[in-house]
Amino acid sequence: MHGLIFRTVEAFVSDSFGPEAWAKAVACSDLEVASFEAMLQYDPAHFPKLLNGCARALNRPQSVILEDIGAYLITHQNHASVRRLMRFGGDTFPELLRSLDDLPGRTRLAVSGLDLPQVQVRETIPHHFMISCRGEPQGFGHVLVGLLRAMADDYGTLAVLDHQGVRNGSEVIDVRVIETFFAEDRGFTLARAAEEETT
Amino acid sequence: MISALELLTILRPLHICIGKTGHICQVGASIVKLGVGDLCRRRFLEVFEVLRPARPETISELRALAGQVIKLQLRSLSDISFRGLLVEDGDGGIILDLSFGIAVVDAVQRFGLTAQDFAAGDLAVELLFLQEAKSSAMAASFSLNSRLNGARLVAETKALTDGLTGLHNRRALDGALSRLDQSDTKYAVLHMDLDRFKTVNDTMGHAVGDAVLKRVAAILRSHTRQDDLLVRTGGDEFVVLCPGLTDAERLQDLSLLLIQDVSAPMSLEGLDVQIGASIGIAVSSTAPRMAGAELIDCADVALYLAKRSGRGQFAVWSPAKGRRLTDLDPSSAPASG
Repeated sequence: MHGLIFRTVEAFVSDSFGPEAWAKAVACSDLEVASFEAMLQYDPAHFPKLLNGCARALNRPQSVILEDIGAYLITHQNHASVRRLMRFGGDTFPELLRSLDDLPGRTRLAVSGLDLPQVQVRETIPHHFMISCRGEPQGFGHVLVGLLRAMADDYGTLAVLDHQGVRNGSEVIDVRVIETFFAEDRGFTLARAAEEETT
Repeated sequence: MISALELLTILRPLHICIGKTGHICQVGASIVKLGVGDLCRRRFLEVFEVLRPARPETISELRALAGQVIKLQLRSLSDISFRGLLVEDGDGGIILDLSFGIAVVDAVQRFGLTAQDFAAGDLAVELLFLQEAKSSAMAASFSLNSRLNGARLVAETKALTDGLTGLHNRRALDGALSRLDQSDTKYAVLHMDLDRFKTVNDTMGHAVGDAVLKRVAAILRSHTRQDDLLVRTGGDEFVVLCPGLTDAERLQDLSLLLIQDVSAPMSLEGLDVQIGASIGIAVSSTAPRMAGAELIDCADVALYLAKRSGRGQFAVWSPAKGRRLTDLDPSSAPASG
């Protein structure tokens, strides 16, 4: 399993709760690794152990931690590139949702070897989306919920997201876009330097 | 049916239509972003310079390139080049469809382009995505590499260092000797063995023994040159490798100094300690074509002879003394310790 996944969990816990919390999470995980490298592969069996350790150390459910990781990836300064890469998906939040089928492909394009679950998007009625995620790592749907909530904010869109659990082996997410242009868009330009100058 | 010019406007945001006189008569919506103002009614070849496959100077020369892919640049901006397909419009004019090619990353920054500035089927946005993603992944990879490299350097240093004294270890000596074997550098080997160390260690404790070894290391450091390799080969044995130093007199002076300082009374951990040292010297120039490891054996022989002649002595190896300890007369073995 790609080190980026483990490294993201580590960065989230350290940045949000401090290095002591991370040390505690590792201790609770029953893992022999104290820190993960983004660019190495790890045994997939480590992942559920690590999540379990984090849940015990932070005293909150795994689903909440995963959702917070999604939001953290979009909003934290250290991961500005993730937000930008997501914004390449579309000019508006509904467009981004429609492009989510491509997310695993885009991710592999960005980092070969970083495999995400298969994502399927259906717009059942306009502005009402059903997103399903099938495959490893389990719980990715919760990360996606956190990530999409933060992206809706980024686009200035009012949307309601709900993780509806697992149906026929797929995690199902319900998204209702209430108002696409609800608040101010944080903005995005194709040119990275230009954007960095203005922020 | 939609007209050809309308179709161009919708499908190709980076197109230019040139009339038969060589003046521009229609441009795509994104051309205006290039910062050259309104191009309509301007002479095409005054605004653009065609670089390949030919350098046309008239409209008819340009027309001769129809059907080909050309490389061109703005006369006012020579560092971003375009790629374009020239097509005759059937009415004496030419249609040019432009693309940035690989320069798209620079062009997007320079001209502030957005996704709408590219044709819907253009992969420019995917290319930009890939470029950013690649940069992020490379940055993560570089950071891992530099951390691994730091760890490797630390591990390498540790692997070549004696933990107690901070001198080099046997492994470092072997490496240095094999490098010397490959070169023409003449060098000397001093093999030093402490006298009475075992007694000090046994009667005063390991802490005092360790302090003695550290003190000896400090004495070695203070009397040797930057280029000399100081090695604790084990227990109470030390080797000094002196590249470029073969002068017998200087080597003897160095040995005398070392023996004198090591033999001086030491006050360690509140105890008075006195030890001694013997040294065997071998110089590579007296043993031509001998490998470093063999020269160490020679220094060993000299050390043995130094000990046999009484403590606190040094001896210099010569071919007459033999190359191995086993060559020596065993009946005259020195007292151990």
